[in-house]
Amino acid sequence: MSKKKYERPSIKRIENEMPNKFGLRSEYKPMTHIDGVAVKDIIKEHGSPVFVISEKTIRQVYKDAMRAFAIRYPKVQFAWSYKTNYLSAICNVFHQEGSWAEVVSGFEYDKALNNGIPGNKIIFNGPDKTRDDLKKAIDNKSLIHIDHLDEYYTILELADETGLRPQVAIRVNMDTGVYPMWDRFGFNYENGQAWDALNKIMISKKMDLVGLHCHIGTYMMTAEPYGIAAAKLADLAVGLQQKYNHHVKYIDLGGGFAGKNTLKGAYLPGSDTNPSFDDYAEKITSALINSNISPDHLPWLFLETGRALIDEAGFLLGTVIANKRSSIGKRNTILDIGVNILFTSFWYQHKITPAQEFTHHTENTMLYGPLCMNIDVIRENVELPLLNPGDHVVVHHVGAYNMTQWMQFITLRPKVVMIDLEGKIHVIRKGESMNSISDYEGMPKHLTDFKL
Amino acid sequence: MRIKSNIAISDSGFLLNPATGESFSLNPMGVAILKMVKDGKSLEEMTQEISQDFDVSLSILERDIEDFKGTLTQYGILENSKND
Ligand SMILES: Cc1ncc(COP(=O)(O)O)c(C=O)c1O
Repeated sequence: MSKKKYERPSIKRIENEMPNKFGLRSEYKPMTHIDGVAVKDIIKEHGSPVFVISEKTIRQVYKDAMRAFAIRYPKVQFAWSYKTNYLSAICNVFHQEGSWAEVVSGFEYDKALNNGIPGNKIIFNGPDKTRDDLKKAIDNKSLIHIDHLDEYYTILELADETGLRPQVAIRVNMDTGVYPMWDRFGFNYENGQAWDALNKIMISKKMDLVGLHCHIGTYMMTAEPYGIAAAKLADLAVGLQQKYNHHVKYIDLGGGFAGKNTLKGAYLPGSDTNPSFDDYAEKITSALINSNISPDHLPWLFLETGRALIDEAGFLLGTVIANKRSSIGKRNTILDIGVNILFTSFWYQHKITPAQEFTHHTENTMLYGPLCMNIDVIRENVELPLLNPGDHVVVHHVGAYNMTQWMQFITLRPKVVMIDLEGKIHVIRKGESMNSISDYEGMPKHLTDFKL
Repeated sequence: MRIKSNIAISDSGFLLNPATGESFSLNPMGVAILKMVKDGKSLEEMTQEISQDFDVSLSILERDIEDFKGTLTQYGILENSKND
């Protein structure tokens, strides 16, 4: 006679079933497959932990975002924000969908070139562009978004040296009613800095002022500030029209859409409360269309959306190492996923679900990572079924920033795989090995041996 | 291990502590173990009996029962007795 399936004993205090800070019930519905591929097979083949990217989801989310803008405005161009996730396979999915590249360092710039992006479809942002970076960007006719006057003067010198006309925009910071205001990048709108910079560029006659840029913040939980930002950039464009009879080719609203993750301390999930692409699109496009920009010279609308385009397509699979109880009796579960690879767990209450079926019995659980460090907490309070060592979990919405901000710390960084549209799995970044680390070290001769 | 005498457990896994007014829900294994505790069975008797019917090793079972006991104590369901 075969034995019955075992589930460990559990007892739970009955409380009301309102959503509470411990999360919602739906959270622990198991996710056994991603795009038709079994989680347990992925782990068997590629180890645990492992990042999984759904190509299908990237394309769907991109199309949804594009649709939201394209039905409201005739000229829309996305530029993939490299810092959000610059694994080349991921960049290329966006590029196949039509995205240009948005980069913020010489390294990212070269990565975009290596991926085959034509120089004139690279937007170069950020406060740290070296003289060599700027020279290269001018040679390639890339779109240089000037952050400060020192950069402007370097570009001016390079224009003289090379005899070329740099393609430039300025980054504008402004009060959009969201505080703290991001005023460390670019030129301020309200105090006139932005106009000063525009006047300098126009009067120099040495460069082409092609656009106006802003990036008002990240994870913006309301859409209104985008309407304000678009109106203020449109106002600058109208000023240029009137004063210089000059028409900018584009207005770039940057990134910052919130996506579906839930911020720490929020009571309701971000997927329910955050604005949709349609909400953001409505505010931005109506501000542009209702502005005094001449309809004959309607600028392109550029968007550098990062997290909202990639978060959903990324999953992190992991395994339970052990269960224990804290001094006050709370369930503690240790996973093989640490904060060094799940950086975003500092900001987000990531949705975490088991990867196998369970009964409906759950426990309020504290999820720790494997690092021998007190800060290594993945979730402080999450309702999970009765997990056992060896069981698998799926962390959701991890596509943005984790694969660029992760740290090699205590453990090695794991593989990243992509599931293609046919359900085939491709390794898009190998797992690190001892060599990935030790190859970069040097050993002074007098330290090579010792006796103990 | 002894359960406080005034505590009522239903077969469906509902447990009421009249002293505090708190109620709890148990999964079927939780109910089975609490019943055995009520019947005065020892840890060894419990693990033997359960492992005959369920697909689980003695060592995992022992760990789980110890862990369960910790939660019951925390919730004030077990008598505090020094000699178990
Ligand atoms: C200039 C610029 N554009 C785009 C982005 C992407 O932002 P997000 O991921 O919030 O959409 C960033 C990120 O900080 C940025 O600095």
